[in-house]
Amino acid sequence: MRALAQRGPETKLLAGGTDLLPQLKNGLLKPARVIDLSGVARLRAVESANGQGLRIGSAVTARALELDRTVRSRYLSLAESGALVGSVQVRNLATLGGNLCNAAPSADMAPPLLALDAEAIILGPKGERRVPIATFFTGVRQTVLAPDELLVELAVPAPGAHSGGNYLRHTPRRELDIAVVGVASQLTLANGVCTKARVALAAVAPVPVRATAAERALEGQAVTPDRIARAAELALEAARPISDQRGSADFRRHLVRVLTRRTLTTALARASA
Amino acid sequence: MAKHVLNCTVNDEPTEVLVQPWDTLLDALRERMGLTGPKEGCGTGDCGACTVHFDGKPIASCLLLAMQARGHTVRTIEGLGKPGALHPLQEAFVKHGVPQCGFCIPGVLMAAAALLTENPRPTEEEIRYGIAGNLCRCTGYTKMLAAITETAGAAAGRRS
Repeated sequence: MRALAQRGPETKLLAGGTDLLPQLKNGLLKPARVIDLSGVARLRAVESANGQGLRIGSAVTARALELDRTVRSRYLSLAESGALVGSVQVRNLATLGGNLCNAAPSADMAPPLLALDAEAIILGPKGERRVPIATFFTGVRQTVLAPDELLVELAVPAPGAHSGGNYLRHTPRRELDIAVVGVASQLTLANGVCTKARVALAAVAPVPVRATAAERALEGQAVTPDRIARAAELALEAARPISDQRGSADFRRHLVRVLTRRTLTTALARASA
Repeated sequence: MAKHVLNCTVNDEPTEVLVQPWDTLLDALRERMGLTGPKEGCGTGDCGACTVHFDGKPIASCLLLAMQARGHTVRTIEGLGKPGALHPLQEAFVKHGVPQCGFCIPGVLMAAAALLTENPRPTEEEIRYGIAGNLCRCTGYTKMLAAITETAGAAAGRRS
């Protein structure tokens, strides 16, 4: 932590290295120092906070999220997003914190964390602070982290009984690709009525965003196919997609509709199971 | 810049070599230890030619700084089987004539061996998923699939 306090813009933190190493190799980054976080035990732990939810260390790998029993049973959308990153060789290195701190608009692990109301636990010279993941991202490849701060953990509240989630993305290739659009949904039910709905989108804005209009259309209602279709339309209100080599803005809007409908349908089935 | 001493276990042997701070594990294996089985294809984790086992798990050794391997266990294709005592996957790859140019094969074998350790009876879908990170520019995937499927089936036959 001393090294962290002294670090300036000349220092980069290294977790999995799957983004940093290519940038070092092609000369995009030329840091004077690289601090390796991969051996810090607290950053590698997935801990259940006695029924209050989960604390996931920032250096937990995508592969660990994909396989972790607790994550698979209660936070399935997060496990699904971990399983989609790179190949198994990359997932054994790539970390949750790296995916978030690199802050690509297409980061796969961001939408599930938004849909689960997660908080980032950040350590700096003045101690610890907590930031809702919804406000963690400030722009393309930019976050609230100051140069002398470290993302330590993600605190993920327990979704509770009768809650289900799902993450889907569209990619031209099935493996080793970057999301054209990603959508995570989480639905919580009580007596057949939706008590909480979350829909979060990736790769349709400079930062991952919640589709709050879609959420409001579902909360307090029985979730029917018609209401899911309506919510999928409303999800477009949060999307400000660009056209690039991965897809046109129109195609991305189409994908938001389709993937919102599909993830909500799956989330409903899982919440009802 | 001063070199660093890297201590780790490579193919069951305690190993000590000098590395530069910017060397990747792949650099250290190939240039400092003479283990040229792992190959550098892309250098960015996309092609899988550099796949080795790191504490038993498959990783892209081009994405790990060598010093991150300090105290860890590494296995390369050179430690998977030996001449005369090949790994069952290597036997199957020979039998099926899988290698064409051969460049991707060490990485594919390491990925497949890790898959079968974790999941001894994979479905075809699981095999495809397990080697999705290994590119073969000769496009020899059909024979890989056959050889891996046969190895898994033979192991299951021995167990039952």
